Amino acid sequence: MSATHAPVSPVPVPPQRSVKDLRLGESGTICCLQDPEMALKLLEMGCIPGTQVRLNSRAPLGCPITLVVGEAADYTLSLRVSEAATILLKE
Amino acid sequence: MRSAGIRTAPNGQAASAAALETAAAHLPGQTRLTRIALIGNPNSGKTSLFNQLTGLNQKVGNFPGVTVDRKTGISQLTPQHRAEIIDLPGTYSLYPKSLDEKVITDLLYDQTSGQYPDFVIVTADASNLRRNLLLFTQLADLGLPAVLALNMMDVAEQHGISIDLVELQRELGVPVIPMNARKGIGVAALKIVMAQQLDAPAVSFYEPAPELLPMIRQLRDYFNLHNDYLALHYAHQGRHISFLTPDQRAYVAGLVAKYDFEPTTRQAQETIARYARINELLLNAVSVTRTERAEPYSNRIDKVLTHRVWGYLIFILVLFLLFQAVFAWASYPMELIDQGVAWINGLIQTNFDGPLISLLTEGVLAGLGGVLIFIPQIALLFAFIAVLEETGYMARVTFMMDRIMRKFGLNGKSVVPLISGMACAVPAIMSARTIENRKDRLITIFVTPLMSCSARIPVYTVLIGLVVPDQPVLGIFNLRGVALMSLYLLGFVSAVGSAWLMKLFMRTTERSYFIMEFPVYRWPRWKNVGLTIVEKVKAFVFQAGKVIMAISVILWVLASYGPGTAMEQAESQARRVAQTQGLAPAETESRVASQKLESSYAGHFGHFIEPAIRPLGFDWKIGISLLTSFAAREVFVGTMSTIYSVGQDANELTVQQKLAAEKDLNGQPFFTPARSASLLVFYVFAMQCMSTLAATYRETKGWLWPLLQLFYMTGLAYAASLLVYQVLR
Repeated sequence: MSATHAPVSPVPVPPQRSVKDLRLGESGTICCLQDPEMALKLLEMGCIPGTQVRLNSRAPLGCPITLVVGEAADYTLSLRVSEAATILLKE
Repeated sequence: MRSAGIRTAPNGQAASAAALETAAAHLPGQTRLTRIALIGNPNSGKTSLFNQLTGLNQKVGNFPGVTVDRKTGISQLTPQHRAEIIDLPGTYSLYPKSLDEKVITDLLYDQTSGQYPDFVIVTADASNLRRNLLLFTQLADLGLPAVLALNMMDVAEQHGISIDLVELQRELGVPVIPMNARKGIGVAALKIVMAQQLDAPAVSFYEPAPELLPMIRQLRDYFNLHNDYLALHYAHQGRHISFLTPDQRAYVAGLVAKYDFEPTTRQAQETIARYARINELLLNAVSVTRTERAEPYSNRIDKVLTHRVWGYLIFILVLFLLFQAVFAWASYPMELIDQGVAWINGLIQTNFDGPLISLLTEGVLAGLGGVLIFIPQIALLFAFIAVLEETGYMARVTFMMDRIMRKFGLNGKSVVPLISGMACAVPAIMSARTIENRKDRLITIFVTPLMSCSARIPVYTVLIGLVVPDQPVLGIFNLRGVALMSLYLLGFVSAVGSAWLMKLFMRTTERSYFIMEFPVYRWPRWKNVGLTIVEKVKAFVFQAGKVIMAISVILWVLASYGPGTAMEQAESQARRVAQTQGLAPAETESRVASQKLESSYAGHFGHFIEPAIRPLGFDWKIGISLLTSFAAREVFVGTMSTIYSVGQDANELTVQQKLAAEKDLNGQPFFTPARSASLLVFYVFAMQCMSTLAATYRETKGWLWPLLQLFYMTGLAYAASLLVYQVLR
């Protein structure tokens, strides 16, 4: 489900979308994690490249947000927008 | 990786030699005590299981050298066999992200320590097995004998997840016990397994990359470690392992540099590899029969509870209830405790006399009363907080408030301590425990006492009544009400402002994360709520209580004794004067008490600090009150009534009249608006509560923070009072 996915295409796509850019209810697949230190925490929490995430809700003031992780909606994570911005999505 | 797979049945012989050695060291005496560590992800039901296993046999101590509570409990497995259970902080992996999590690795890395567990119980949420198994596989690879408590089987079933337990047990190589810890299902089966001799897991889940083996071999030789994975952890965390000597740390650092070991990359690779392996083994053991899940009920509740309007309104309502509970409901049992202590005091005083009796009643019993009086507030606040935590609502509070509080160096969870601080800072500071991030927690603890607590109300009432006229403002408000509200507002603004200042100055190596699991709503488990209350009350009474008692006795000595024969002289002189003036006995007694207090060490202290507090408009009489107010702010009224010899049946009104009648040297009223405002401001800011300091001492496990609090707040009070008095004068 996760590590078996093919690597991202080498075609340059300059502004890559991150979880921060998801619309409410929209799903995306994690491509890679930008901030190495944050990545360790995110990996532990199950945000592995190839995993599907869905933007579930935003706090009333726009930050933090909640994500539903996994195709089978395994669990919900909450994180700050700045943290979500380090999770890049596959196009 | 598969080749490392299943080598033997769960009770097979393939356990590592080192694990056998550990087991041998603890071989059965007749009444043996097995040491078991309980570990698991947050929200995996670890606390419920701990409570089920130990009940009221719990004890809170310290992990050596850190500010983390070490919760242990005794579990009776069989009539002859007891186990000591160590409850470790909830964590997602063996790589610590915070100082709190570091106690786990400090415990599990050192096999030679007397604290090393015989085995670990790993709790895992069955409805979310993939992520929960990450920690399990790491523990198994350390070579620790383990049991997997597969919790929340009911939730998994609801989600249409079916788990082949036999297959899972075979894949994991350890006993797997299906449970529902909330209801106690599976606890008996777990105890049976716990009573047996457990071997190290027979399955390995991850092998360090081959190119790391030379470094790992050297680490194993140097530290005499029993497996490669443990050695890998030494490479990762050698510099932070607290039980290593500086030489040993330097050795690790040298090796890491020599082999170009990159911890971050390696850790990321390991996590991904582990997940791949877990996916593989879950493929055989777990099947999801119903992938299309209806919108979870939690999401529907969240639409209301985190709504931009309703969410905040409901939150304010919850806070109001909480405030009401700590402020109003708690006042009835508090009154009972107060009267009870006063009754015992009275009983002793009418039947006995002498300095020892006075020490017992005015020093020891008064201190004891000062400790016991907080129990209702602590119990009620923690009942509330436990319910908020248990139901999952606390996570939503954090979610809604984080953005606002973060601007001030606080955290979404700081809201509860700050609001509770308006009732009483003592339980409020203890409630800051729910904030995981150390810096955020310290800042919250530090600024909470600036919120105006209920003990300031008597002082505010007396002084406002003294100088603020009772007249309407803008038709609907009362000027006194406005004054009172401004004082509360002043407290709040200073708390938030101080937090912001601290954010600028405080350095931390710990990175602040907000990433956390958003738990689903659940009914609270009342047993957990009850045990939380018992734990918090015990912690306060036995740890903060000691400090409060000690200070209470010291203050009693200061107020009851004077240098040389000063006290006796004061008493006889007061009696002579009273006799010549022909005063009534009651009046004579209050005159005597007033004179004695003036001649006591406390009185001398008042005179001594008068030069320092004169710029604030205070005289030595107020100086004495400031000293005694250190026990608790409300003592101000009592001390003022003693100094001004109001007599035994003093209430706020008579004290007010006495103060209003006080004249300065020029025959003008002493308590001018400037003077009263200065005193009010002083009481808003000053740290005058030994119980709060004791609570801070307990929560931060040291004197640094309480002393900083004392000096910062008192300094702030001095500066503000000085400003107010000099401007208004």
